[in-house]
Amino acid sequence: MTDPWPWLTLAGLGAFHGLNPAMGWLFAVALGLHRQDRRLVWLSLLPIALGHALSVAAMAMVFVSAGVMVPPRAVRIAAGLALISWAFYHWRYGARHRVRVGMRTGMAGLVLWSFLMATGHGAGLMLWPVLMPLCFPDGAPAPGAAGPIVTALIGVGVHTLSMLVVTGLIAVTVYAWLGLSILRSAWINLDLMWTVALAAAGGWLLLAG
Amino acid sequence: MATWTPDPSFYPSPRMAMKAAPETLAYVAAFDPDRKQPDAIAVVDVDPASSSYGSIVGNTPMPNVGDELHHFGWNACSSSLCPNAPHPHMERRYLVVPGLRSSRIHILDTRPDPRKPAIVKVIEPAEVAERAGYTRPHTVHCGPEGIYVAALGNREGKGPGGIFLMDHESFDVRGQWEMDRGPQHFAYDAWWHLGHDTMVTSEWGTPDTFENGLIPEVLLGARYGRRLHFWDLNKRKHLQTIDFGDKHQLVFELRPAHDPTKAYGFVNCVISLENLSSSIWTWYRDGDKWAVKKVIEIPAEPASEDDLPPVLKGFKACPPLVTDIDLSMDDKFLYVACWGTGDLQQYDVSDPFNPKLTGKVRIGGIVSRAAHPSGAGPLNGGPQMVEISRDGRRVYFTNSLYGAIDPQFYPDGIEGWMVKLDADPSGGIAFDPKFFVKWPKSHRPHQVRLEGGDCSSDSYCYP
Repeated sequence: MTDPWPWLTLAGLGAFHGLNPAMGWLFAVALGLHRQDRRLVWLSLLPIALGHALSVAAMAMVFVSAGVMVPPRAVRIAAGLALISWAFYHWRYGARHRVRVGMRTGMAGLVLWSFLMATGHGAGLMLWPVLMPLCFPDGAPAPGAAGPIVTALIGVGVHTLSMLVVTGLIAVTVYAWLGLSILRSAWINLDLMWTVALAAAGGWLLLAG
Repeated sequence: MATWTPDPSFYPSPRMAMKAAPETLAYVAAFDPDRKQPDAIAVVDVDPASSSYGSIVGNTPMPNVGDELHHFGWNACSSSLCPNAPHPHMERRYLVVPGLRSSRIHILDTRPDPRKPAIVKVIEPAEVAERAGYTRPHTVHCGPEGIYVAALGNREGKGPGGIFLMDHESFDVRGQWEMDRGPQHFAYDAWWHLGHDTMVTSEWGTPDTFENGLIPEVLLGARYGRRLHFWDLNKRKHLQTIDFGDKHQLVFELRPAHDPTKAYGFVNCVISLENLSSSIWTWYRDGDKWAVKKVIEIPAEPASEDDLPPVLKGFKACPPLVTDIDLSMDDKFLYVACWGTGDLQQYDVSDPFNPKLTGKVRIGGIVSRAAHPSGAGPLNGGPQMVEISRDGRRVYFTNSLYGAIDPQFYPDGIEGWMVKLDADPSGGIAFDPKFFVKWPKSHRPHQVRLEGGDCSSDSYCYP
């Protein structure tokens, strides 16, 4: 538990997720512009972070529960395969889904939107290779599920906090100083990097096991 | 294919899109009214510095005859940058070109040589009908959920018409868009307010009432379309109908404000049964509903029976027949094409409820047959499909409406042409005397699309 690297990695993944316009800072900026209200840029980020945290936590709970019930090695392989499948899905069909939340949305809509975006992007899956050794340090289920669940939730908290800080900094910087023309040149294909990250995380789970 | 940065022709806001470099090429749908030769997408050189300026420099014929190419659009555009459904790492590259009569959809690749678009995929009518449940595809818009195609007929070629979606990369027909159609039956145009989660659709009629020309009894009986429909864009649910009343027929082209924060737009009504006038209406948000107000009425012009086609002789007047309108990127100028009288009018619509006429030219026309300053004339046909450059300084238009309707109003036939106007940013329009494209006799030109986007191709999520 004293090794800082897993926690820094969780925070780093939070920053990576927060950096992606598709995870919400761009939506927050747009809402601020639409309603001509600087506060909305900040306010919108809270439901966006909440939706992200819910999605990531839900995925972590699935794996923690699985880890308690079946041998961790099986969970590791299943998670690895899931990550690689998700990478493929995201690469082929990532842009092909219903748009359920639009520019007139309220705060609840933003929670839903962020939850769906994080889930569709496999944000929670991507964390599992880091969370797993934290939750199951000895490679075996701890007696009772409380320990792993608490550890996973702390991990999700660290991740989300980092995501919120990064996404907030970008949202405010773009809204107040840079302007949206920056999108034309600086919006690199993070979805492609995301796909690679998913596949790499899956490969690590399978091979490092 | 995925790209590393967004396509350079995608702009977050209409304000930024106005700063785009001037277009150098225009794509124009051209059809053979006799349905003997294949229709084509023609490429017109619109670069004033080029030696072939104002002439057709490319031509891509379709694989079949009788498609009736009409409207078309791009696979992707600036709406890809929207924050709620971002997918900007793709190219504006493919033209989606439906045959309005055949219901066949062609995909043309404008790379590597934009002057020689190549057909890379053809979706046969049976596949469109089976997967979409619709036929007679008309308007094509790139949007948040893919490519939206408004179609006038259902699978059997009757009503209701509606909208279907296509994938913007694979071009697979994905199916019907509407989840709750409500009372909507007729279809024609479709566009949206991305900032207000609202889809708007307009009405013409079912294919049996226009494919052999307009039917006078249907028109005089006010049984063509006359309504606007408002929908929840994301829930795909019908919300509201606005009926223009039984004096108004043919509610056509939808031009919502480009600024996504503005909740208004303009639509043309082709003909009033009371006095043959055409009218422009502003739709707008009124509390928690949409409402409309007639803001322009263009009267018919008295004319001698000898100068009129049989269908109009009894009226002794030439109707303006406003059949297309287009709104500049800054939402400041509305261009109005009067296909009957031959006027192309420019209105300042900065105040959308009080348009001011700021410019007017006349070319062709049922009675006037006005000439072009290049010396070409007398001309037939009249201003029809209008397209405006993104910077608002150039306006292009062609002169044919629809194969079966052209001879009802121009019984001597229509000889195709395409012209260009120069627009003063502070108001006023004038012909470019160097730009008159005399169309090859075998075909007639219809919709114009400009390289990189134009004022009816893209929608924006940011003000």
